[in-house]
Amino acid sequence: MKKGLLIDLTLCIGCGACTEACKAQNKLPGEVEPELTAYTWASLETHETDEGDEIYVRRLCMHCEEPACASVCPVAAFEKTDTGAVIYKSERCIGCRYCMVACPFSVPKYQWDKTFPFVQKCILCYDLVKNGEQTACAKVCPTEATLFGDRESLLKIARRRIEKNPGKYVDHIYGEHEIGGTSVMFLSSVPFEQLGFRTELTRKPLPSFTWGVMSLVPNIISLGGLTLFGTWWIINRRMKLARERLEQEQNQEESEK
Amino acid sequence: MKLPKITFWRIVLLIIIVLGVYSTFRRFVFGLGDATNMSDTFPWGIWIGFDVISGVGLGAGGFVLTAIVYIFNLRRYKPIVRATVLTAFLGYVLVIVGLLYDLGQPHRIWHLLIYWNHHSVLFEVGWCVMTYTTVLALEFAGFFFEKMRWTKLVKIQHALIIPLVILGVILSTMHQSSLGSLFLIFPDKVHPLWYTPLLPLFFYISCIAVGLAMVIFESFLSSRAFGKQLEFDILDRLARVLAVILAFFFLFKIEDLIRHGAFMAMFEGSYESWLFLAEILLGVLLPSVLLFIPKVRHNPTGMFTAVSFAVFGFFFGRLNVTITSMEGVARAIYTPAWTEWMTTIFLVAMGFTAFALAAKYLPIFPKEEPTAAVSGAASNK
Repeated sequence: MKKGLLIDLTLCIGCGACTEACKAQNKLPGEVEPELTAYTWASLETHETDEGDEIYVRRLCMHCEEPACASVCPVAAFEKTDTGAVIYKSERCIGCRYCMVACPFSVPKYQWDKTFPFVQKCILCYDLVKNGEQTACAKVCPTEATLFGDRESLLKIARRRIEKNPGKYVDHIYGEHEIGGTSVMFLSSVPFEQLGFRTELTRKPLPSFTWGVMSLVPNIISLGGLTLFGTWWIINRRMKLARERLEQEQNQEESEK
Repeated sequence: MKLPKITFWRIVLLIIIVLGVYSTFRRFVFGLGDATNMSDTFPWGIWIGFDVISGVGLGAGGFVLTAIVYIFNLRRYKPIVRATVLTAFLGYVLVIVGLLYDLGQPHRIWHLLIYWNHHSVLFEVGWCVMTYTTVLALEFAGFFFEKMRWTKLVKIQHALIIPLVILGVILSTMHQSSLGSLFLIFPDKVHPLWYTPLLPLFFYISCIAVGLAMVIFESFLSSRAFGKQLEFDILDRLARVLAVILAFFFLFKIEDLIRHGAFMAMFEGSYESWLFLAEILLGVLLPSVLLFIPKVRHNPTGMFTAVSFAVFGFFFGRLNVTITSMEGVARAIYTPAWTEWMTTIFLVAMGFTAFALAAKYLPIFPKEEPTAAVSGAASNK
């Protein structure tokens, strides 16, 4: 069963326990930074509403249902696992950074301080979840603003919350449909675009945008090869025949002389 | 009068080598963060946009001209096919070297061979570039065999040339267009002036254009450097084809913009719109119009200028797609570090040097041609 996280921004008090727990769990050096970096896999942003309220938005990998990073990686270093996590196999990575360019949420970050760097991002506590535990961030959250569970049941919970409090929540579960759905989802009382979420994203899974072209490759090879060879053969044969005819005519002329 | 000029260029080359080696040292000792202005918001810079994505395009002359000569049997273009294959081969080698600078784990480039992902456009590009460079090496090997008088190998190479050329055309068609497909997966990140599902097709058409432009460009440079006579008649025909392809590209691009409702974005006065107009007007329309005018085309300076605009326009276009088109969503402007430019210039200079050496020691230019017979081939460099 694919797991996920439901982050209810209305419940978040901005204590930052999740970001600290993330650092500890993944043994990341340094302090928690205000933005995602190679060493901060979960960060916390503060947004102020028009009424002057503070809203805290957590940033982390969205763990797409059909991840662009896994689709573009030439050496298949990313994998969408059965736990729902998109994990990174650093031993494969060649460092092309196509994943960083392709990610619609710009989540994968690079160890720019290293001579031979790796890509880094949240892996939805793959080892913990595999052993039946919650993610470190969900475990420490004091207000259940970060909820861990099956993606399907989280969606049900989210829908119930919106139905019960239509005045409180905007009618949108961010991550339900964006780019084909993500394992990390958000609920908010403020329109998402005001909180730095990209709401213009397509609903189509991103890998489908290239598969249309990639699936043509076998045809290009076979049809292209056939056409080119055919063209060469026809032209070559015609020239050969023309040459022979010319020689014959010359021979005739000579014999007539 | 000639000596000081040569000394000047040698000094320039020396400076380029010193600074290039220093930049290389910075990159491979202190890393990408030190040697480049790339960042998490801008993970791809000019090493990808210029050295790799544009560099591959410049080598396209190789497959275009070999197809013309060997498959379509237009023998009149044969005198320039060798120099073109040499250019393409060196170009692809430089692309691979450039890629080694850019990869975070360059020593693992061979991972492409063992870890496969057939969904990845980059996987396909990587494989095509690998195999096509091998094809070019085999096409190039013929000159070397000839030089060494290994007649048996020359014969084998000649027998294999048609399959090699066909393979080269297929591989090139695949990866030249796929470089455009690289950008298809982030429709929400690329500016609408450049994003179109037909991006692979535009990359393919423009690579054929720049391939032809480079053949002409490189013929001019060779004729100057090696005191060799220009095959002006051949170049004139190629220039006419180039004019048509550029015109087609221009009209097709405008049509595509209209179809996607992005036509007016050209005139919105934004940073992107100006750079787009510069690309399409100065780099595509202008050279096309110039090359359509016989008076310009029949004048060496005119043709050289027009073709230079086409090459410039190609670079401009590729950098627009890789860098400009993504700056809006990233909310950042990327300007390359001087070390990034320096390694690029260093690689280009190495390419020129390698070309000069190959032209000097290998049978690249036709000797039996009466027009080219009187040449001081070895006088410069």
